[in-house]
Amino acid sequence: MVSPEVDVETAEWLVKTAQTELLRFTTAGSVDDGKSTLIGRLLYDSKGVYEDQLASVRKATRNLTTNGLDLSLLTDGLRAEREQGITIDVAYRYFATAKRKFIIADTPGHEQYTRNMATGASTANLAVILIDARYGVLPQSRRHAFLATLLGIPHLVVAVNKMDLVDYREEVFTSIRADFKAFADQLKAGDIQFIPISALQGDNVVERSARTPWYRGPSLLEHLETVPIDRDLNLTDLRFPVQYVIRPDLDFRGFAGQIASGVMRKGDAVTVLPSGRTSRVKSIVTYDGELEEAFAPMSVTVCLEDEIDISRGDMLVRADNAPYAGRRFEATVVWMNEKPMEPHRPYLLKHSTQMVQARVREIRHRVDINTLGHERASHLQLNEIGVVAVEAQRPVFFDAYRQNRATGAFILIDPITNETLGAGMIARPDTHHHSGPVTEAERLARIGHRPYVIRLGKGTLETAQLVERHLFDLGYLVHVAAGREPGAEAVRTAFQAGLVLIQFGAPAETALPGGIPVDQVVTLDCAQFAEDSDLLEAVVGILGSGNAGNVRLTDGAGI
Amino acid sequence: MTERILTHLRALEAESIHILREVAAEFQKPVMLYSIGKDSSVMVRLAQKAFYPGKIPFPLLHIDTTYKFGEMIEFRDRFCAELGVQLIVHTNTKAIEDGANPFRLGTQKCCALLKTRALLDALEQGGYDAAFGGARRDEEKSRAKERVYSFRDSFGQWDPKNQRPELWNLFNSRLDKGETIRVFPLSNWTELDVWHYIYLENIPIVPMYFAKDREMLVRGGSLIPLEHNLPLLPGEKPQMVMSRMRSLGCTYCTGAIHSEADTLPKIIGEMIQFRRSERENRVIDHDQEGSMELKKREGYF
Repeated sequence: MVSPEVDVETAEWLVKTAQTELLRFTTAGSVDDGKSTLIGRLLYDSKGVYEDQLASVRKATRNLTTNGLDLSLLTDGLRAEREQGITIDVAYRYFATAKRKFIIADTPGHEQYTRNMATGASTANLAVILIDARYGVLPQSRRHAFLATLLGIPHLVVAVNKMDLVDYREEVFTSIRADFKAFADQLKAGDIQFIPISALQGDNVVERSARTPWYRGPSLLEHLETVPIDRDLNLTDLRFPVQYVIRPDLDFRGFAGQIASGVMRKGDAVTVLPSGRTSRVKSIVTYDGELEEAFAPMSVTVCLEDEIDISRGDMLVRADNAPYAGRRFEATVVWMNEKPMEPHRPYLLKHSTQMVQARVREIRHRVDINTLGHERASHLQLNEIGVVAVEAQRPVFFDAYRQNRATGAFILIDPITNETLGAGMIARPDTHHHSGPVTEAERLARIGHRPYVIRLGKGTLETAQLVERHLFDLGYLVHVAAGREPGAEAVRTAFQAGLVLIQFGAPAETALPGGIPVDQVVTLDCAQFAEDSDLLEAVVGILGSGNAGNVRLTDGAGI
Repeated sequence: MTERILTHLRALEAESIHILREVAAEFQKPVMLYSIGKDSSVMVRLAQKAFYPGKIPFPLLHIDTTYKFGEMIEFRDRFCAELGVQLIVHTNTKAIEDGANPFRLGTQKCCALLKTRALLDALEQGGYDAAFGGARRDEEKSRAKERVYSFRDSFGQWDPKNQRPELWNLFNSRLDKGETIRVFPLSNWTELDVWHYIYLENIPIVPMYFAKDREMLVRGGSLIPLEHNLPLLPGEKPQMVMSRMRSLGCTYCTGAIHSEADTLPKIIGEMIQFRRSERENRVIDHDQEGSMELKKREGYF
């Protein structure tokens, strides 16, 4: 395919680059911690900068540094900010190496910070948090880590910068690492890589530096090139929000959309939300031919075996793995508008391909992003973050954001000014208020215990019945699910009715139906108990503690 | 088990298709600005993919300054006819009749009349509420912060301080009457991505992108193609130069580059070796520092 007259380098490039992956990352730092210099360095050293751009930087250089260049000017954008000498918005930068292509969402570090970082973080696989080696972990470093975790960025890099100014001393680095880790543990942050760098001198940015012989890890660029990102997207739970119906003639009716999560195969049984109608995938159509299988984030067109009325805003899911469908949920919201958020105001809520009217029923608390403390609040100001109860006018098909970024996210829009007001991450269905005539609290009062799902991995019907009898005798309203893999709807109904439902023999990786809080799920591997009495004691102990949150969770969704 | 991860070009493609469909679903009357250039060719291909096996559900709009290259117009008409898309051509005929050209008016004023004004008029006359453009964020510094949905007030103006935050792939499509948006489905593509995709997908582009011997005027550091009776300065003489266009604009304002690259792999090879950003040869961007940003504020892309 490659033309023979092309040089070897290009021929290799054409083959290799056709296989490279895309990594999106965000950079967070405070004023003067060298963020622009770091990005400039990555672009410059990876040859992501064009000659004429360099020339205009040379023209404008104020501080002479690398080869007489102020690398931070490479990332300076609009006139207004160039005049002020600060960046005022999210800027996107692009560079590529032989291994990956990168999109940087460069966010500024001043007062508009929260809004901008949330924006940049929303699509990122990775966040680079810059810490000035001289000052260590500052309140803003904690803010950055908190926002990165809140927005669900799977990988963090803590780049301890300006190592040149602390003589590349190992103890400076290790002490910052220990401080940061202590804080990150509170956040339940995922994968973190610590790297000592000097953006100005280039140490450990692209090449590993001889000046930090005590550091054995990768350079920043090496890490960016190799950090595994194939698990960043949820490929477990199929969610296909219908975006557009393609109907060129009477014989073809295709549902176009981008797979939000999961995998879809030709022949798969699917359920359509909200109608609940079921069918099978007849074909997965693309311009480049039909596919046997499609996965997130592919944009495809799906045809079904049966004629079902489906329109934009509907969602195709698997019958045994449905998201939560409901009007009320609890969410963490980042407020992005000068006009504060107030409960009971009318808003528009956009979630996947649905736009619905919505309001905030109450603000449960505001989060102090410096201390992570909870505060009472009657409203949320620009750049504030709060946990709120949202009510939509129509049901929305959602998952918890921590399990599924694509179906856990929404934005709020002002119906009068049309501005985007805030960004939300759904935590759970709102159980404080039940939309039915009987509230959850009333059910709890009548039954005397919270509902649970007990999953007995490697357990038999016999074991399950043993547990059932024992719990019943203790006063629990309890029932064993029929079959080894009961349907999601059955599990959810039993749960909502307030029962303790026992599942047995289900493989540990089987996904839980959406809408069941993780602290009300008990997963026990029966094979680990030598005696039945030990198993019974364990179950009773967990239920008695009133919180199953300490129990091993094995739903495979990476909680 | 097969690894389920998209290559960067397929990821960009999926994102662009999502944007195209989202606009088609949420706006009353979208239109695609078609500039005949390589980015437009890619954008049209993505639109074909987005709505396949259906037809592209909106027309293409070409703002013709009448100073375009003959090869471009020829390509445009053939390309659109083959795809079976509806093509609308709009020209600011009033300004042309009044003798608008870059020599009389200067490039800034000429662009303002023949491109910006013409575009705003065409959008208003057509009643379009959303217009796709092929701009990319890597093209020029002021574009690095451009949104995918770029909001314009009822005068078609862009206010850098009043753009909506964009999170995830949740775009805010709400408009008041008279307001419009520009949508940039190729926002996250780089120039090299565009060339690579053209190569992999075999997408037709205007032949002027490929090197051959062309009659050129060498003025300063620029190669200016001879067309539309370009007025010569005293002592200037055209010469045959092996050259090609890196981006296509109006004849007077688009420079060529010295090049031997007459195939797509050679063009890509050239790009890997000589990194020079593509707008460098466009005279308009050099008018003054930050000039693209000024044009955008006035309504140009």
